[in-house]
Amino acid sequence: MANLQVKIWRGAEEGEFQEYEVPRLESQTVLDVVTYVQRRLDPSLAYRFACRVGVCGSCAMSVNGVSRWTCRTHVSKVAPDDKLEIAPLRNLPVIKDVVTDMSEFFDKWAKARGRFTGSKTRKDAFAEVKPESKQRKAVDAAIECIGCGVCYSACEVVTWKPDYLGPAALNRAWTLVNDVRDVAQQERLAAVAGDAGCHACHTHMACTERCPKGISPTAGIAGLKRAILSATLKGEM
Amino acid sequence: MTMNTRSQVLLWGAQRISAMLLAVCVVVHLITIIYAVRNGLSAAEILGRTRGNVAWGGFYALFVAAVAIHAPIGVRNICAEFGWRGRGVDILMCVLGLTLAMWGFRAVWAVVS
Amino acid sequence: MKNDSRSRNHPAYWAFLVHRLSGVALTLFLPLHFWALGNALHGEAKLESFLRWSDQPLVKWAETILVLLLAAHMAGGVRLLMLEFVSLPGNAHEVNAWQKTLLAGAAGVSVVVGLLFLLNLI
Repeated sequence: MANLQVKIWRGAEEGEFQEYEVPRLESQTVLDVVTYVQRRLDPSLAYRFACRVGVCGSCAMSVNGVSRWTCRTHVSKVAPDDKLEIAPLRNLPVIKDVVTDMSEFFDKWAKARGRFTGSKTRKDAFAEVKPESKQRKAVDAAIECIGCGVCYSACEVVTWKPDYLGPAALNRAWTLVNDVRDVAQQERLAAVAGDAGCHACHTHMACTERCPKGISPTAGIAGLKRAILSATLKGEM
Repeated sequence: MTMNTRSQVLLWGAQRISAMLLAVCVVVHLITIIYAVRNGLSAAEILGRTRGNVAWGGFYALFVAAVAIHAPIGVRNICAEFGWRGRGVDILMCVLGLTLAMWGFRAVWAVVS
Repeated sequence: MKNDSRSRNHPAYWAFLVHRLSGVALTLFLPLHFWALGNALHGEAKLESFLRWSDQPLVKWAETILVLLLAAHMAGGVRLLMLEFVSLPGNAHEVNAWQKTLLAGAAGVSVVVGLLFLLNLI
């Protein structure tokens, strides 16, 4: 097989693409390519990964202009012409090479009240949540998020409105809005409402298009928009 | 100064509710347009349809009201996404809405009265 | 860093672009439309003279484009309302299939309306 022509971003916010030649292997993933470069060609290359199997959410990068998890992105899928351009995730400050500072991304989960607030103690019985209930199904559809930042990176609204909470944080809020055990619903809806919250979403659906876990944050954000509008019209907000 | 969250949500809702109304209005409008241009437009034909007709007058007035709500909210979003936010742009959008409404009602009056 | 067109190149973003551009164009056109109809305040003859001016081929083309934009904004808007107000099916694959169906419908309606206008014009 021919060699891959690989361009990788070097530097921080300011920087440039550097070119490498990497042997093309069968069943090769984009993460394999980056790892090859760091181990064989240039040990100063900084990148993040941990599990290599699509669980941890730490290896996301921009691959040929599209945000993807690199560990489960096959080269054959994204580089039919054997050319790769690998850059850091968008909409996040670059620390070095393809490593971004994800603080703001996760801070926004906290801002969106992305933590569970219960009222029961260990002395209470288990809550019963029917698997076929509407809420439980909504949670099931959205709960598998691994926090990789692909949706946040792909979202144009985040670029245009840097204070926008973004698809991942809103998706998290949506799973809690549908958690019948949670008792902080009012505060959560207030936290995700308005011009920096779910109502900034234009349904570009980049998040739905790019989520490697097959989640549709768009669906959850739409649910939040409706829930907040109806709470507002009822005078609950 | 920025608008409070409740108002932001209500603006969003107003744009959607006006959109629902506009969807119906635009369908009626498009059918009327296609019907009206069959043999070429003439002032006599248009005014023959609208003059003294309360139903058309009411329909167009509603149409204008909906669009005067709908359009400025959209333009406000565009401004915000180009980095222009705050009291100034909100006031300008109110002016845009009122101007559209006044011009629109004037046009309705012109063809109905 | 920001995304470029490679990231934006997917159907829902194209739908957004059409919606936004048609929305701006229609907003700019509205005052003109209202002004033209306002001619009737000065009598039928004034409106008639404007309409005869608008018989020029170039104006007819502009009108066709406006009708197309209006239809596209309406149909695309109905698509958005469906996506925002009707509870969406679970996973990304299903949601995407649904939005593409809506998009195809909206595009179809727009083209049909534009053609009907054009056919009636000639």
